[in-house]
Amino acid sequence: MVDGQWLMEKDGEPSTIDHQLSTIWAALAQVPDPEIPVVSIVDMGMVRDVQIDGERVSVTFTPTFSGCPALHVIRQSIEDAVRALGVQDVEVRSTLTPPWTTDWINADARERLRQYGIAPPAPAGEGLITLEAEPTRCPRCGSFDVNLTASFGSTLCKRLYVCGSCKEPFEGFKSV
Amino acid sequence: MSAALNESQREALIRKLTALADDEIILAHRDGEWTGHAPILEEDIALANIAQDELGHALLYLGLRSELDGSDPDRVAMFRKAAEYTNTRLVELPKGDWATTMVRQFLYDAYEALWLEAAAQSTYAPLAEVAQKALREEKFHLQHTALWVERLALGTEESQRRTQKALEELWPYTAQLFQTVEGEAELVEAGILPDIAAVRVRWEALMVRHLQDKCALRMSREAFPGPSRENHTEHLAPLLATMQKVAREVPNAEVW
Repeated sequence: MVDGQWLMEKDGEPSTIDHQLSTIWAALAQVPDPEIPVVSIVDMGMVRDVQIDGERVSVTFTPTFSGCPALHVIRQSIEDAVRALGVQDVEVRSTLTPPWTTDWINADARERLRQYGIAPPAPAGEGLITLEAEPTRCPRCGSFDVNLTASFGSTLCKRLYVCGSCKEPFEGFKSV
Repeated sequence: MSAALNESQREALIRKLTALADDEIILAHRDGEWTGHAPILEEDIALANIAQDELGHALLYLGLRSELDGSDPDRVAMFRKAAEYTNTRLVELPKGDWATTMVRQFLYDAYEALWLEAAAQSTYAPLAEVAQKALREEKFHLQHTALWVERLALGTEESQRRTQKALEELWPYTAQLFQTVEGEAELVEAGILPDIAAVRVRWEALMVRHLQDKCALRMSREAFPGPSRENHTEHLAPLLATMQKVAREVPNAEVW
C-alpha cells in the first residue's frame, strides 16, 4: 500500500477514495500556471481527470497550446505535487480530446486574471473561420474601446491591446 | 476509435503525416529567421509565436506517425537530408522581404486552416483530435496574416508594389500544396483524410475574396502543379544545414 499520510483521515481512519481524490485535486489546485502564476493549472481547466487505481494515481492533463514550451514544466509539476502527498506511483498522461478551450477557465480565475491586468477571454464558441478578432474589454476600466496592437504577445495564449478610454496598454487572453 | 488501418493505408498515412509535418517545420524555420530582424518588435514576437505554433503542429503530426511506426519525432526532424524531406517548395523559398514573408504565410495559413477544418471530420480519431487542436491555433495566424496582407496591399505605393510582386512570385508554388501523396486517394475514400481538391476549391474562393476583392491585388498567374514533394529547390539543403547543426554536432543535447 501507499505509505503516505494522504490515505488517512485526521482521526487515523483509512480515508475514502472520494477523500483521496479531493486531496489530490486540492494539491493540483496549488500548482501555478508557469506563465501566469496568479492562476493554477486546475483554474485553467488543464487538469482533466484524476484516477486512483490501487497504489497508482493517474492524472490526465491537456495542453493549452500544442507548441507551449511550458509543457515539460507542467508535467513535472503535476508529478511533484502528487508525490509530495506521499504517492510513489504517479502517472501523468496528456490528452487532446476534447481540445482545451478558454471557456474552461473558471469564473474566479477570470476575475484574478482581470485584477492581474490580463483581459479574460471572450467566449470561444465553435464555428466558422473568420478573419476578424472577437471583442475584448479593458481589464482596468472595462471599456470596449480598445485597439489590438499586436495579435501575439509574450506567450502563445495572449495578445496586446491599448485601451482608448484609459489609455493603458494591456494583455488579453485569446479566445481559443 | 477508428477501425484499424490496413498496411497500404498505414504507409500512405505515414507519408501524408510526414509531408504535413515537413511543411510546418520548414516554414517555422523560415519564420524564425526573422527573430531579431523583423521591422518592429511586436512582429518579431508575432512571427516567433507563429513559428512556435507551427512546430507544435509538426510535433502533433510526428506524434501520430510515431504511433504508426515507432519513429522518434526528433530524429525525423533533425537527421533527414534534403532529398528525404517532403515539404513543398513554397515553404523552403528564402524569406525575402516582409511582403514575401507575409504573403507566403497568408497563402499557407489559409490552406492549413481549411485543411484542418476538413481533417477535423476524419474517421481516424487521432487525426481528428489533432486537427481540432491545431485549428484553434491556426485561426490566429490567419487573422494576423490576412490583416498584414491587407495593410501592405492598400498601404503605400511601395508596399503595394512589393505585395503584388510577392504574390506573383509565390502563387505558382501554391499548387504543390494540393498535390496528393501516393496512396492518398485510398485514405480519402475511407474518410481518413479530407479530399484535398475540395479543400482547394474553398481555398481559392477565400483567396479571391481577400486578395482580389478586399486587397485589390491582381491574381493573373496560373499555378502549376510542379514536381513531387521529393524535389526541392537549391534553398532547402542550406536551411537544413543550419537547422540541424546543433542536433548533429551535439547528439545528446537536452531539450532546453
